[in-house]
Amino acid sequence: MTEPVIQVENLQKSYGAVEALRGVSFAVEQGEVFGLLGPNGAGKTTTVEILEGMRPPDRGVARVCGLEPDSHSERFKERIGAVLQSTALPDKIRVREAIELFANFYPNPADTGDLLRRFQLEEKKNAFYRHLSGGQKQRLALAIALVNRPEVVFMDEPTAGLDPQVRREIYDIIEELKREKKTILLTTHYIEEAERLCDRVAIVDHGRVIAMGTPRELKQRSAGTTRIEVRLARPAADGTLGRLESVASSREFDGSYVLHSTHAPRTIVALVKQLEAESNELQSLEMFSPSLEDVFIELTGRRLRE
Amino acid sequence: MRILLAVRNRAFFFFSMVMPMIFLFGAVVLFGRGAQGWVGYILGAILTMTVMGSFWGLSVQLVTFREQGILRRFRLAPVGAGPMLSSSILSNYVLAIPTVVIEMIVCRFAFHMTSWGNLWAIFLLVTFGSAAFSSFGLIVASVTNTMQETQMINNLIWTGFLFLSGATVPLAVFPGWIQRFALFMPATYLATGLEAATTNLAGPSEVFIDVVALALGLLVSFEISRQLFRWEAETKVPARAKLWVLAALVPFLAFGAYANATGTQLMRIQREFKTLQSGSANRMMPRGALPQQ
Repeated sequence: MTEPVIQVENLQKSYGAVEALRGVSFAVEQGEVFGLLGPNGAGKTTTVEILEGMRPPDRGVARVCGLEPDSHSERFKERIGAVLQSTALPDKIRVREAIELFANFYPNPADTGDLLRRFQLEEKKNAFYRHLSGGQKQRLALAIALVNRPEVVFMDEPTAGLDPQVRREIYDIIEELKREKKTILLTTHYIEEAERLCDRVAIVDHGRVIAMGTPRELKQRSAGTTRIEVRLARPAADGTLGRLESVASSREFDGSYVLHSTHAPRTIVALVKQLEAESNELQSLEMFSPSLEDVFIELTGRRLRE
Repeated sequence: MRILLAVRNRAFFFFSMVMPMIFLFGAVVLFGRGAQGWVGYILGAILTMTVMGSFWGLSVQLVTFREQGILRRFRLAPVGAGPMLSSSILSNYVLAIPTVVIEMIVCRFAFHMTSWGNLWAIFLLVTFGSAAFSSFGLIVASVTNTMQETQMINNLIWTGFLFLSGATVPLAVFPGWIQRFALFMPATYLATGLEAATTNLAGPSEVFIDVVALALGLLVSFEISRQLFRWEAETKVPARAKLWVLAALVPFLAFGAYANATGTQLMRIQREFKTLQSGSANRMMPRGALPQQ
């Protein structure tokens, strides 16, 4: 059996009194797209920065391509590529110059022209960095991350803050890398991103991995349940919805109620009766098959972006 | 990259090209008219300001890059602090050269300076001066956490260097105790050395001490800035580490003590000033020949 490309065992890191990582463990195989999914402050960025060699862990083991991450090691840096949460370059550097500049740091860089074409930056090759849109800046960050033909690519929230159209463009690029069998570790708090792009996902919360598996495996944790989201004219009496027939759990989010039901038709009938009894009215009702969001809610009792 | 970015920056063009020229024209019109020897002296002072400017630009740019997260991206590339800092020093030097050359040409042909001065001595002082002052800038960038801090410290240092080194007011006219104090400042070695070289009153052997002081200052400062270098704004410099900065002063404390003890440096400064006043400077004298009193 080959050694995992990324190996993390019992990783711990504190910033003063704040424990950012409390024993994170996972392994990523060659050619796998692995996602760290969790809310802000879960410990995703700290994990990635330790793996990139930008921070030392307090305890635990981190290995990438069989090497200990080290920001002073040229050998290590030549094998990884990284897209930071926010990449910044000088305002007055041109797109082509930025790629060429980083290409100069590596012994066997990718062709600048190829990267410009691949990331649809040809038209903008002479534009200053400050004149690029958010999506173009992120595509440039991806191009720079791949300039050294890395074995492993780290992407820390690569689509955060981008509009849906640009996000889809970035998804296409990541899917292309996936087809090329690049090993990718990406962090995200977008459920759809993890479901669409990742072969496996680790759900991280408060510095711990609380669940790990393929998106399908994780969703099976909620198998047999249906998520019902209802909006009522008036707030329901405390706890009444949770006691409805076949309801496994219920929570209130932003004025609507989310019920996880093991038998949706029975729950809906019971709900209607309950509302009649309370002289309340149903404003809307939607049913969903389980998603990673449901898994996260089940495990933590919170939404990802709360 | 730094050279490209600087050339595209209007502020750089103004501070490194336009401002020294304004100073040069102003100083020559006010103090050098009709006194050819003084044109060379003024050129020395203006070259000093041009070369000293290295520390200002570099510290500001490095702090800006760190605050904006630009250095963070470079940290992921296989380039260490040493090569990055030394390339900054080199590009600063390359950027200073055109201004130095233009200032010399303007003085020679527009202000009728009677000779180029001692070119070897000028070359050595400009080269080591630019590198040394760039390194001082790197130290400032390493120990300051914000742009405001950087600007404040730069202003303090710049003012001291400018007014107490002989770069604006000839050191020889100051009271003795200020002259002795000035010998502990790196700018004094650059300013008095350049002023002697541009007036043709000193060759490489006469400015040897000045060049060595700047070279040692460069080596010590570079190593300290490399040790204190930070890629990320959130990494703060511990207060204790700032004490390392004092180590950068060690070569100048040593040279200051030596120069004060021997008195040769101050004698040279006085002698050159008297020669200038007598109007015999900047004539084509044999290289290294100092006029006797």
